[in-house]
Amino acid sequence: MSINSSLSSDGRTLTIAVDGRFDAGSLDEFRSCYESAVRDGPIHFNVDLKRAEYLDSSALGMLLVLRDYAGGESASITISNCSPEVKKIFAISSFEKLFTIQ
Amino acid sequence: MSKEIPQSPIKVLIADDSPVDRFILQTMLERLGYRVVLAEDGQQAIERFLTEKPDLVFLDVLMPNVDGVEAASSIKEAAGEDFIPVIFLTSLVDAPSLARCLDAGGDDFLSKPYNQIIIEAKIKAFSRMRVMNRTLSLQKNLIERNNKHLLQEQTVAKQVFDRIANTSSLKLSIIRYYMSPMAVFNGDVLLADISPTGSLMVLLGDFTGHGLPAAIGSMPLASIFYGMVNKGFGMSEILREINGKLNKTLPMGLFCCATFLDINLRKKRLLVWSGGLPDGAIYRAGGKTVERLASRNLPLAILSNQSFKAEAVRYVLEPGDRVLLWSDGIQEARNTEGVMFGEERLNALLEQELDNVHIFDDILQKVQHHIGEGERDDDVSLVEVRFPDEAEAAEVEKQGSRGRGCLQDWSLDFRLEASSLRVFDPMPLLLHITSEVPGLRQSNSVLFTVISELYNNAVEHGVLGLKSSIKQSPQGFAEYYRLRKEGLENLPKDCFVILEFSHKVDPGGGVLRIRVRDSGAGFCPDETVATPGGVPIYHGRGFALLRSMCESITVLPPGNCVEAQFRWLAED
Repeated sequence: MSINSSLSSDGRTLTIAVDGRFDAGSLDEFRSCYESAVRDGPIHFNVDLKRAEYLDSSALGMLLVLRDYAGGESASITISNCSPEVKKIFAISSFEKLFTIQ
Repeated sequence: MSKEIPQSPIKVLIADDSPVDRFILQTMLERLGYRVVLAEDGQQAIERFLTEKPDLVFLDVLMPNVDGVEAASSIKEAAGEDFIPVIFLTSLVDAPSLARCLDAGGDDFLSKPYNQIIIEAKIKAFSRMRVMNRTLSLQKNLIERNNKHLLQEQTVAKQVFDRIANTSSLKLSIIRYYMSPMAVFNGDVLLADISPTGSLMVLLGDFTGHGLPAAIGSMPLASIFYGMVNKGFGMSEILREINGKLNKTLPMGLFCCATFLDINLRKKRLLVWSGGLPDGAIYRAGGKTVERLASRNLPLAILSNQSFKAEAVRYVLEPGDRVLLWSDGIQEARNTEGVMFGEERLNALLEQELDNVHIFDDILQKVQHHIGEGERDDDVSLVEVRFPDEAEAAEVEKQGSRGRGCLQDWSLDFRLEASSLRVFDPMPLLLHITSEVPGLRQSNSVLFTVISELYNNAVEHGVLGLKSSIKQSPQGFAEYYRLRKEGLENLPKDCFVILEFSHKVDPGGGVLRIRVRDSGAGFCPDETVATPGGVPIYHGRGFALLRSMCESITVLPPGNCVEAQFRWLAED
């Protein structure tokens, strides 16, 4: 499990890529990725799950916390490269109401 | 690249029957710094050449006892691959005569009376040619040695490949095939094996390229194929695994065209996945039709596993039906005039004689006849699988089965005590065990979520007594996990979590029952209530996930035991 973040060249989009398992053990790393982003920094967040293999409900919680940090209702978060299984998990939890799922 | 030739003084042989002419030339050459060896006639010239090994030879044309022309011929032959310039000495001046000297095997001529400047210039020019010739010779030897090494490497590679690629299943009575022994270096590979579920799996592959790069992909391919068929995995799982592996390991631009057959002898059906190879054919018994097996997919290794589709096309098979596959080597086989065998000819063969039990032999014979004396590297690969009647099918299945099977009915009780709960993450181990059931392996990510939820609930709500409602806000979320960490450091001494797995196969697939019991007092998992306003709920999602992923979820009183039933369906 590893989490990497990178800022786009115009500084407006922060991409957080999760590798392997996305569960309670990822909490600290995930949070430090976006908390270390500059205050007046990124407006958009992209959580890239291309290499994420397994998710559990704590991952869902973490995404909600990110959303809150990014402005709650006004947050712009995309969750990208979701496998069919992951999409199903988001669908069951009605996450498409809160995030852009790709 | 040129190797430095040691610069010892050039040795020159002079053959002339006139003592005066010999002396004049000798003096000139010695003044120029060359070493001189003398001969009086053609015979002596040849003898001196053999003993003294000069770098350059001057021959008078008219000499007794073997003339210059004959001596030149013998000297050139003796020199073999080495380039020894032979210069004729002559007083002839007419062009035809001079030309005749060169035609006779000489490299140049020198007219009498001699001019020292010209002699020096010619010798220097020929010396340059000798150096060039020697360089070429060295390079040629190097190339020959390298070539030999490559062939040795290929032989070793082939031995390794033959050991991985189990060819015993290819000897089954219902399979006939033709492949060149060095086919693997053309990228062609044929694998076949019978799975514990009674399916004959056949994979014909054609890697891009030639030589070792083409052969190298065959090894992981064969390894994965045989490992997984042996364990009862289905065609899609196997294809997915192969595609993923090749996609990761092959360099960009290299891929493998393939056709995969899953012929179930008991269910009398064929599943076909084809990507990139020429269309195969089902040759029906009784001669009514030929059905073409169209390639509908991209070859293996091109797409990442996210985009890869392992969908198969289904056919019913009857005894006597023949499935034919071939690589493009047949269409591209050239005769001595360079004309390809071609698709039309092949299609004509297939369609004209519909009830031909010898179709395999006929195709092979026509192609080989077409090639004739043509190609040395035969790149033809052809496979026929004949669907057997019941008696033969039973025999074939018996022949094919050997080796390890896969988990069928089993149960496992796993108990984690305080010291383990504190530090050990059981997920990888548990998933590893459930993966031994091919039907469960394909649902790995779902099973992770299910088992992870059950386990974490047992630890957090059961053993540690944490309330899910703490996670009501982002701050609460962080607080919850802080409390979890703290709780694990201070676990009650006799706490535990027990995971009980029980798996049974049935005709449609199988059912995995997971029961998780904890040492706590019992908790009530709260479920998600969807709020109309869309207010995010930070807790309670887990149970909703469990409900949707499992056939059933039951909480057993007093609430410290949750049982989930997970069903999987067998591939047709």
